[in-house]
Amino acid sequence: MMQGDIQKQPILSLGDTETPDDEASWGGLEHLPGHPIMWVLILSELVVFGAFLLVFSAVRIGDPAGFAQDQLQLDRLAGGINTLVLLTSGLFAVLATKAINEDNRSGCRLWLLATSIFGVIFLIIKLMEYTAKFDAGIGLESTTFFTLYFLITGFHALHVVLGLGILGVVAIWPSRINVETAAAFWHMVDMVWVLVFPVIYLVR
Amino acid sequence: MKYQSQKVALYYIYGALALFAAQILFGVVAGTVYVFPNFLSELLPFNVIRMIHTNALIVWLLMGYFGAAYYLLPEECETEIHSPKLAIIQFWLFMIAAAAAVVGYIFGIHEGREFLEQPLPIKVGIVVVALMFLYNTTMTLLKGRKTAVSNVLMIALWFVALLFLFAFYNPSNLAVDKMYWWYVVHLWVEGVWELIMASILAFLMIKMTGIDREVVEKWLYVMVSLTLFTGILGTGHHYYWIGTPGYWQWIGNVFSTLEVVPFFAMVIFCFYMVWKGGRDHPNKAALLWSLGCSVMAFFGAGVWGFMHTLSSINYYTHGTQVTAAHGHLAFYGAYVMLNLAIFTYALPYLRGREPFNQQLNMWGFWITTSGMAFMTFTLTFAGVVQTHLQRVLGMNYMDVQDQVALFYWMRLGAGVAVLIGVVLIVWSLVVVPRASRAATRISQPAE
Repeated sequence: MMQGDIQKQPILSLGDTETPDDEASWGGLEHLPGHPIMWVLILSELVVFGAFLLVFSAVRIGDPAGFAQDQLQLDRLAGGINTLVLLTSGLFAVLATKAINEDNRSGCRLWLLATSIFGVIFLIIKLMEYTAKFDAGIGLESTTFFTLYFLITGFHALHVVLGLGILGVVAIWPSRINVETAAAFWHMVDMVWVLVFPVIYLVR
Repeated sequence: MKYQSQKVALYYIYGALALFAAQILFGVVAGTVYVFPNFLSELLPFNVIRMIHTNALIVWLLMGYFGAAYYLLPEECETEIHSPKLAIIQFWLFMIAAAAAVVGYIFGIHEGREFLEQPLPIKVGIVVVALMFLYNTTMTLLKGRKTAVSNVLMIALWFVALLFLFAFYNPSNLAVDKMYWWYVVHLWVEGVWELIMASILAFLMIKMTGIDREVVEKWLYVMVSLTLFTGILGTGHHYYWIGTPGYWQWIGNVFSTLEVVPFFAMVIFCFYMVWKGGRDHPNKAALLWSLGCSVMAFFGAGVWGFMHTLSSINYYTHGTQVTAAHGHLAFYGAYVMLNLAIFTYALPYLRGREPFNQQLNMWGFWITTSGMAFMTFTLTFAGVVQTHLQRVLGMNYMDVQDQVALFYWMRLGAGVAVLIGVVLIVWSLVVVPRASRAATRISQPAE
């Protein structure tokens, strides 16, 4: 080996005491539940939803009256029910994680199913909301408020759909890391809604 | 070089370098037309010069990726290329298609769709070339070891080919035409090409720093995630003013702003690996190109891209020299330097020698990179002045061009510097010093 392709040799420590094992870890993501790459996705999602909500709030400052008027047309009851639905599904995801930690695979699958059913209920209510808007002649390009409303809640709903897919896959192979990974994603979706709901539906 | 079939990479590397030289030559000619508008106008109209400049770039970069894949796949998969003969036929077919396209352009035969000007038979030829390549490399991958580097590289190359298929769809509605056009152009350079970049840089870091593959692969997964997360919906920044619905402005603003993140991650990755590795690899020039690639890609693609990606800014700047500034530094930093990094790394192995002409190569690096940086500055200033005069004060396009002439002169100067640097680089890579030939034959490196 003359030309210096260096592999599997001890790594020089430049004055620090890290061992190669430490370096092979995922750093700050290592000790979080689930697969570390899921946390890369979760952090990215939080940045994007955070940016959208900031943009929403910033644009509202420029047109408080228009935003207030459009906001009155939102169905706060449906939004409120959906908040409860999604939070409940989050509880079921926790119970699924708990079941798999006790090696109870069938129990885990049942809780995952319950989580998914509540996810579907969320989507049905969301769809009814959208249909009511479209019937009232309100669309994606009616006003800036509704453009952002549809974009943000639509993106969020797509994440619920993706989450259902992940829950389904995990239900087939319910290992501990798989269930924790799915639950972490589901809680993110859950938490984003808890931020979206007040900012778009409630804040006056 | 551990596997005989890696040698086919030589065809692609030399072919790419020849087209690289031609691309820069036509770039200098185009830069000359900016200051002497009638230069060659009877012989070669500006649109043809520009077409050859941009097409040669794309073709040689692709040729470089093919070469890189043929070089690194045997080492990653620990097996020979499925069919070296097919790889050589593929090379000549690609070269002939490229040459035919250029000759056609000179005689005015082209489809006129920016960057996708190739006449239909050439496009079909490109697809055949891609299929030969994908068959050959995928068979290699399937029979050998599967690593994160080779998997990411191959998935990316599959998508390069699949996305090219949108080039065949050319609807008559100009808005729809542009929408699909970006499926090729944007999803290549801000999507799957970035994955190619991340995987080749990961390969180079594994080889040159001595850091464990396991660590590098984790970084690779993070870079891939960030690229796809930001890059796909980042397409929105091309949908601001082409007739697509207004909500694209919101999507484009948010996601394309975040496109800086994967490029920043690549800078951190490369420098952290080299710092942690703490080893002196004998091929210093290859290390310089790898580190330089991550930095210049961050500035060219990341910073200069962000500069005009927000729709409220882009409303004024789109289609000005600001775009040209970004385009030049982004392509140079991300993809030209990436190819030169893997060429510089691979050539000594492929030719069975110690790293050669390193000083010359590094002079080439600094001259070319400085030239490109200066060109980017001049075009940025030209673009800012142009934006103000044309878009804010409402002056006529050609009157504004007179006002920014000084910048075009400086750009031509920068272009000549780049040409000199490129001559040094190509010379340093192709011409092996005689004295060192026999004396420094090396044994096969062990992984």
